[in-house]
Amino acid sequence: MSALLSLERVSKRFRGLVAVDGVSFAVPQGAIFAVIGPNGAGKTTLFNLIAGALAPDGGSIVFAGEPIAGLAPDAVCRRGIARTFQLVRPFPALSVEDNVIAGALLRQHDVGTARERAQALLRRFELFERRYQPASALTLPDRKRLEVARALATEPKLLLLDEVIAGLRPTEVDRMVAVLRELNRESGLTIVMIEHVMRAVMALATRVLVLDHGTAIAEGTPEAVVRDPAVVQSYLGAEVV
Amino acid sequence: MTVAVITRLADDVPRRTLILLGILLAALLVAPWIVNDYLLTVLIVTLYSAYTGQAWNIMMGFAGQLSLGNALYAGLGAYLAAALFTDFGIGPWIGFLASIPVAAACGAIIGFLAFRFGVAGVYFAILTIAFGEFARIGFDHLTIVNASAGLFLPVAQYAHNDLWRLRGDPTMFYYVILAATVLAFVLCRLLLRSRIGYFWLAIREDEQAARAVGIDTFRYKMYAVVISAAATSFAGVFYAFFYNNLFPEQVFNIGRSIEMILGPVIGGVGTLFGPILGAFVLNGLAETLNATMSAVGLDLPGAKEVFYGLCLLFVILALPEGVWPPLARRLGFDKGKR
Repeated sequence: MSALLSLERVSKRFRGLVAVDGVSFAVPQGAIFAVIGPNGAGKTTLFNLIAGALAPDGGSIVFAGEPIAGLAPDAVCRRGIARTFQLVRPFPALSVEDNVIAGALLRQHDVGTARERAQALLRRFELFERRYQPASALTLPDRKRLEVARALATEPKLLLLDEVIAGLRPTEVDRMVAVLRELNRESGLTIVMIEHVMRAVMALATRVLVLDHGTAIAEGTPEAVVRDPAVVQSYLGAEVV
Repeated sequence: MTVAVITRLADDVPRRTLILLGILLAALLVAPWIVNDYLLTVLIVTLYSAYTGQAWNIMMGFAGQLSLGNALYAGLGAYLAAALFTDFGIGPWIGFLASIPVAAACGAIIGFLAFRFGVAGVYFAILTIAFGEFARIGFDHLTIVNASAGLFLPVAQYAHNDLWRLRGDPTMFYYVILAATVLAFVLCRLLLRSRIGYFWLAIREDEQAARAVGIDTFRYKMYAVVISAAATSFAGVFYAFFYNNLFPEQVFNIGRSIEMILGPVIGGVGTLFGPILGAFVLNGLAETLNATMSAVGLDLPGAKEVFYGLCLLFVILALPEGVWPPLARRLGFDKGKR
């Protein structure tokens, strides 16, 4: 499998703080790739660099064979990378359906076709019944689902999910995991996810990257990574080991 | 094609909304035969403010960009059409065609400066005020349009209404501004229900999230400013030919810009019917106030402005969405999909 997304020595500094420090990894086409790490490890900054919300200070980001580092967020999305936000940002006053239509209109120029596509996604994420409600009226788990649906509406090749599972109830976690696995299997959608819920990571991810203080300290299959002494140390502290 | 457009316009509009709009339109169409000359003038002023409010709403209500300088575009249309008429005998409709690119270009310059360099929110509003003031002061010294002495259109008694040259009685002007208001309403509805409308609303709601779903926010904000500016310039052409005199101090006054936004703010920013309802509420109340004051023999200059201020205060405190959204919910006019 060829790499759909590859990062080479990507760095980002905020004044004195090095948030992301020379991180390199490659995500094969069709993979579900998880990024884990303690709070403040630089996971969301890494996402912002890939999605174009921030420009890296150094290194290269290549998506589908083309460099994308420093492109504007909308340009990155048009190339086929869709993202969700850790702190969800639906369009609050718009209805649930219109939120997803706004995403679907990127590829479908006809509003009717975009609406059909949006409704199919809303059924999949169990939001169809609530489609005429304003997005601001949804509960947090529903808003997270709406974010994923809206991102998917842009028909991405790569989906960046920033903690869409954290904060869900256990049954909801299982449903989200099932939907993501389905999407990955059906259409070969590549997913990169930041996640704290290890149950979901273990169930979904084909590969895991561990970040700590901006550097990649381990990468491998989920089973191998959780046994890695460096990972255990960063999560639990040295004395426990 | 006409049928297709009408079907699309009426698509999933609740029946009662269509009936209400039909009754309203019919009432407005027969109004000149019922009301006296004074009330007809009030209706013209009201529709003028509905039209300019609708045009302003494209920018603020749809795309979320607060303009406090829309008088600039009306002023440009007014001066251009009036100058072409008085100096070259060129009619107002050609004048309007000429004012579209001028106003649009002016909007594009302001939009480019603001959106390229990240001037947003209140700062964008200040920028639009600044350009309005440049124009006011500039035209005050522009001798080819008589500077501060004012530009006058020849006024004479016309035996016939001349629609082509916009010379005639108030009834003709009434139907012209009514047609413009209806067209603006239809245009806004078509825009709002098309791709561009969804993108505008997304930008208004959350610009970062809009970019994350691939919307080129710079481009779509530019469209909003340019369309709003071009539409507003027609109001200026109408103004020039209706009042027959133009003074920079009046036409480009920031007060004109504020008047344009009062209707939609009171009626409901971002709604299609809000600018129209707001214009009627505001002008209706102001006329009632006038009539009451003259009946009791009171003459208080500035009472109208104070009254507008109180209306605005009331709406902001009691009906932050404007008058129309809660009214529409109560009357069951919001059962459509949007």
